[in-house]
Amino acid sequence: MKKWFEPLSTAWVGVVTHKLRSFLTMLGIVIGVAAVIALMSIGRGATASILANIESMGTDLVTISPGAFTFGGVRGAAGGTTALTMEDAEAISEQVPYITAVAPSYSSNLQLVVGGENMNAQVTGVTPEYWEVQNLEVANGAFFTEYDYQRGTKLAVLGSNVKEMLFGDADSIGQQMRMGSIIVRVVGVLDSKGGMWGSPDDGILIPLTALQQTVAQPRTAQGERVVSSISLTVSDEEQADYVVEEITSLLRSRHRLGSLDDDDFSIISMEEISSMLSEATGTMTLLLGAIAGISLLVGGIGVMNIMLVSVLERTREIGIRKALGARERDIWGQFLIEAAFLTFAGGIIGVIVGWAVSYFVTSMGLMTTVVTADIVILAVSVSVGIGLFFGFYPAWQASRLNPVEALRSE
Amino acid sequence: MIQLQDITKVYPMGKIELTVLRGITLHIAQGDLVAIMGPSGSGKSTMLNLIGCLDTPTSGSYYLEDREVSRLSSGELAGIRAHKIGFIFQTFNLLPRLSALANVELGMRYAGGVDRQRVMEALTRVGLSDRANHRPTELSGGEQQRVAIARALVKNPPLILADEPTGNLDSRSGEEIISILTTLHAEQGITLLLVTHDANIAHQCQRIIHIKDGQIVAEETV
Repeated sequence: MKKWFEPLSTAWVGVVTHKLRSFLTMLGIVIGVAAVIALMSIGRGATASILANIESMGTDLVTISPGAFTFGGVRGAAGGTTALTMEDAEAISEQVPYITAVAPSYSSNLQLVVGGENMNAQVTGVTPEYWEVQNLEVANGAFFTEYDYQRGTKLAVLGSNVKEMLFGDADSIGQQMRMGSIIVRVVGVLDSKGGMWGSPDDGILIPLTALQQTVAQPRTAQGERVVSSISLTVSDEEQADYVVEEITSLLRSRHRLGSLDDDDFSIISMEEISSMLSEATGTMTLLLGAIAGISLLVGGIGVMNIMLVSVLERTREIGIRKALGARERDIWGQFLIEAAFLTFAGGIIGVIVGWAVSYFVTSMGLMTTVVTADIVILAVSVSVGIGLFFGFYPAWQASRLNPVEALRSE
Repeated sequence: MIQLQDITKVYPMGKIELTVLRGITLHIAQGDLVAIMGPSGSGKSTMLNLIGCLDTPTSGSYYLEDREVSRLSSGELAGIRAHKIGFIFQTFNLLPRLSALANVELGMRYAGGVDRQRVMEALTRVGLSDRANHRPTELSGGEQQRVAIARALVKNPPLILADEPTGNLDSRSGEEIISILTTLHAEQGITLLLVTHDANIAHQCQRIIHIKDGQIVAEETV
């Protein structure tokens, strides 16, 4: 046998000759590592699905809404003059660089009637740029065109949920429906996006010029046509911050705001939201990992406990080995390798169990999970590190036993 | 081979000090077969542990093969035990979970590496080649002690120390063990020290050393 192999085989024999004890020692590590893998994969999965959601809306999207930007609380500076207008949109399109398309829109809640079915839905009047800006696709039919927009043709593109509610499984393309005081013809159904806030699945899109025929679009004191929001896409995501700054100063001057006034609009770029969310979910993942890490630590203390007991129980063996010429480092190495071996094996089994758990979670449709190589490598090396760290003291104790006393022990 | 000069050994027992050896001076030549006799607590096991480099004396000097070993570090002592000394214990001291073969292998483990062929030779020498895969619990006391002898001699040490090797055996097995040991001594010229209570065994040796209260009180040549 090769020399380097002997300590390994000794450790192996130590492990297999005490199967139950080895199993129980490993169990703590298995549970710890499995918990780390499973929880981290759930955290990573949540991050990935949120980011994918944002991705589907387009990370180059910038949305401008009237009123100051707040999360939850009261919107500041709400008043007669706080409004975004078609003219704002045109000015942005003409004066701000790095912009591919600008799409102002005006939304209104209208009653929809098809045969016996009726429902209320948010109807948004849009320009033809809207598809591109919002990254929308039709599942069926088509969008309306620039020509339709110019003529104010009464056409509608339905969100997938709206289509489901009004038409069920029947074909909706070419069907007519009543919308407020006008009759529109369905030309397209949007691809379902899922998504979170104000998902397009729940709305209806019609040409803004058509919407004006049933809903009076208000005008500001200056006679500009009010819109509900302006969305736009930037040509270079790197420049998103610059674009936001430029729009801010342009709108501030158009709205005649003094240097001390707050903005009467808010601008959110998807870039910003996505980095905010991925930071939040990253923190959550880290938190989950830390909680699981504690169980790994407890498992490590379990290893130390068992190794200390094992040293006591095998005092005589240590004495015999020393009498046969084992040096302190032979004994030390034997126990340390045994501890590392147990935690390594525990780590590997833990990875398999953790993987199985996250696979199970995914296949049950509870949550998306992502197991990445870095988590696996981290968990296994941490568990081996724990074995070495917590095995160190018992191994040192074992190596320092006096051979005469060790041989005398029962 | 072995030169003990005025060796003392004192164990601290809390506040009291227990003097076990009080000035032992002894010379053992290479190839000697020596019996050490004495009542319980006379210090003969302590002396054997010192000679076996399992322990170090409180004072005095100990030359093993002309090398002063009484002040060596624990690592150096381990090296001497690994290469020079084979131990045989009253209670056999085999590892219960290992086979006879693996136990004998352990004898070579710290002496430069295991050689399976020599392990089998050693087992054959003690007449246990057919029981190599049995665990100690599946062997009789005499057989277990023979495994222990094989473990001690597998690395070809110049010195074998046996601490009451027949103490836990019936008289027939005991005789077998003694005959294996004396044959080894005769054939290979191994220096053999034997602690025993049994006068019959002692008289099969060349020299008998009597110890009492930590001192050599008599010595006879057979």
